[in-house]
Amino acid sequence: MSGSPSSAAARAAERAARLSYGKLLAWLAREWRDMSAAEDALADAFRKALETWPASGIPEKPDAWLRVAARHRLADSARSAKVRGDAGSTLAILAEQEATEAAIPDRRLALMFVCAHPAVPEKTQTPLMLQTVLGLDAARIASAFLIQPAAMGQRLSRAKAEIRDRGLRFEEPGPDEIAARGERVREAIYAAYGAGWDGIAGTDTRRKGLMEEAIWLARVLLEVSPTDPEVRGLLALMLHCEARNAARRTPDGAYVPLADQDTTLWNRDLVFEAERELMTAARAGRPGRFQIEAAIQSAAVYARLSGRNAGAAVLQLYDHLLAFAPTIGNHLGRIAVLADVAGAETALDALSDLPQERVRDHQPFHALRGDLLARLDRRDEAAVELRHAAGLSEDPGVRAFLLARAGG
Amino acid sequence: MQYMISFYEPESTFIDRADPVKSPDYWGAWTAYIGAMYQSGIVVSGAGLQAPHTATTVRIRDGERLVQDGPVIATKEQLGGYFVVDVPHLEDAIAWAARSPASTIGSVEVRPVLPPMNTN
Repeated sequence: MSGSPSSAAARAAERAARLSYGKLLAWLAREWRDMSAAEDALADAFRKALETWPASGIPEKPDAWLRVAARHRLADSARSAKVRGDAGSTLAILAEQEATEAAIPDRRLALMFVCAHPAVPEKTQTPLMLQTVLGLDAARIASAFLIQPAAMGQRLSRAKAEIRDRGLRFEEPGPDEIAARGERVREAIYAAYGAGWDGIAGTDTRRKGLMEEAIWLARVLLEVSPTDPEVRGLLALMLHCEARNAARRTPDGAYVPLADQDTTLWNRDLVFEAERELMTAARAGRPGRFQIEAAIQSAAVYARLSGRNAGAAVLQLYDHLLAFAPTIGNHLGRIAVLADVAGAETALDALSDLPQERVRDHQPFHALRGDLLARLDRRDEAAVELRHAAGLSEDPGVRAFLLARAGG
Repeated sequence: MQYMISFYEPESTFIDRADPVKSPDYWGAWTAYIGAMYQSGIVVSGAGLQAPHTATTVRIRDGERLVQDGPVIATKEQLGGYFVVDVPHLEDAIAWAARSPASTIGSVEVRPVLPPMNTN
């Protein structure tokens, strides 16, 4: 045990504070129409909370405490008048908090929809959401997206200035906004999760750390839009991928493809939850990209657990999916299944129909091509492709797996 | 845009290079990575370097020549090689840096290259 009682209290305070972050920022940004000013005020309130909560205990309504503290700060900086002493303002917060009984209305959905506004560049939408709804710092977001932290910081402040200057309203999105921007919001959340696609040997990409955050965002989104089947589909998809997380690696970090995974390591609770969400979504009778992707994951799980080949059905699902989202990843997923259904030769032909300039540096393309060539016993060509895929791998476990298959 | 990607590796790596058990994995990973870089057509130039103890450092101070054995600074991670690549964006260069075998055991630095100097 390394944690002293006070550091345990500090951690508890931090957790309680962080859970409130998005709610509070959404509320403050709406009141003050300025995300950056609201963020600064909230940061100040958090600092105050982390200083006082470990000693005084976490207040019964952490949200209310933080909200009042941040509002004081905003009012202070707006007046830019005499600076109040810290002790004085903390007492004032306590007094005011007791008077604040009304629950804070949840504006997180509004915040997500502002982040997905067309005025915000597409590549900045996910980072902005992670920062504003979850309170992640720019350096961590930059690392997850492999971007220079200084550049990420600039992008985020530019986006916030744009939102302020255009006077974008932090209101609950109406049916029009949901129709126009709902898809962007879902895609931004999925981008945070990273591709959870492990249909083919050696193509698993991990974005460790952001997975939990993305699932949390989807839950928030579902909480406020429970009738949207695609939000359920998105959640089901991520839960399915998450359920297999522990089985994807041996204890020493070696990569394990889906077909070889120890299914007892799968998290059954998450699988069942994913299946429940998917079933509820299907009842709406409005299929979409995420529901289909979740159904493909579901079929893969079923095939592994039952030992039955679900290839033909999954191929149909992929055809359906490509109509919604003709991405390279989805094409590769379909071709991997095609190999099981129609043979590796047919699958290889399908691979050469893909736009070659887009797959040149795409690791999963070369991993799949190598796998197909190996199945056809074209060993030398297979080794070249598998080595190429290894050279494009960021993960040492995946790289070692592919090099071993290539024959060293 | 051209970027220099420099690979810094821990001291132990330079020993692994010649270790009969560990060297095949070491060179296998690098060969695959460098091969993928050339396949992509982004390589302007580059080279692997021999171990830091083979380096010679030269300084002239107050007119006096100082020639020493070893690299400029002795740190835990030493330059093991570099590539100059031509890619559209910094992000592409960072993505290639992340793919290198050095990123998980050492550090990789990405820096924009200055435009060519006028030497007429």
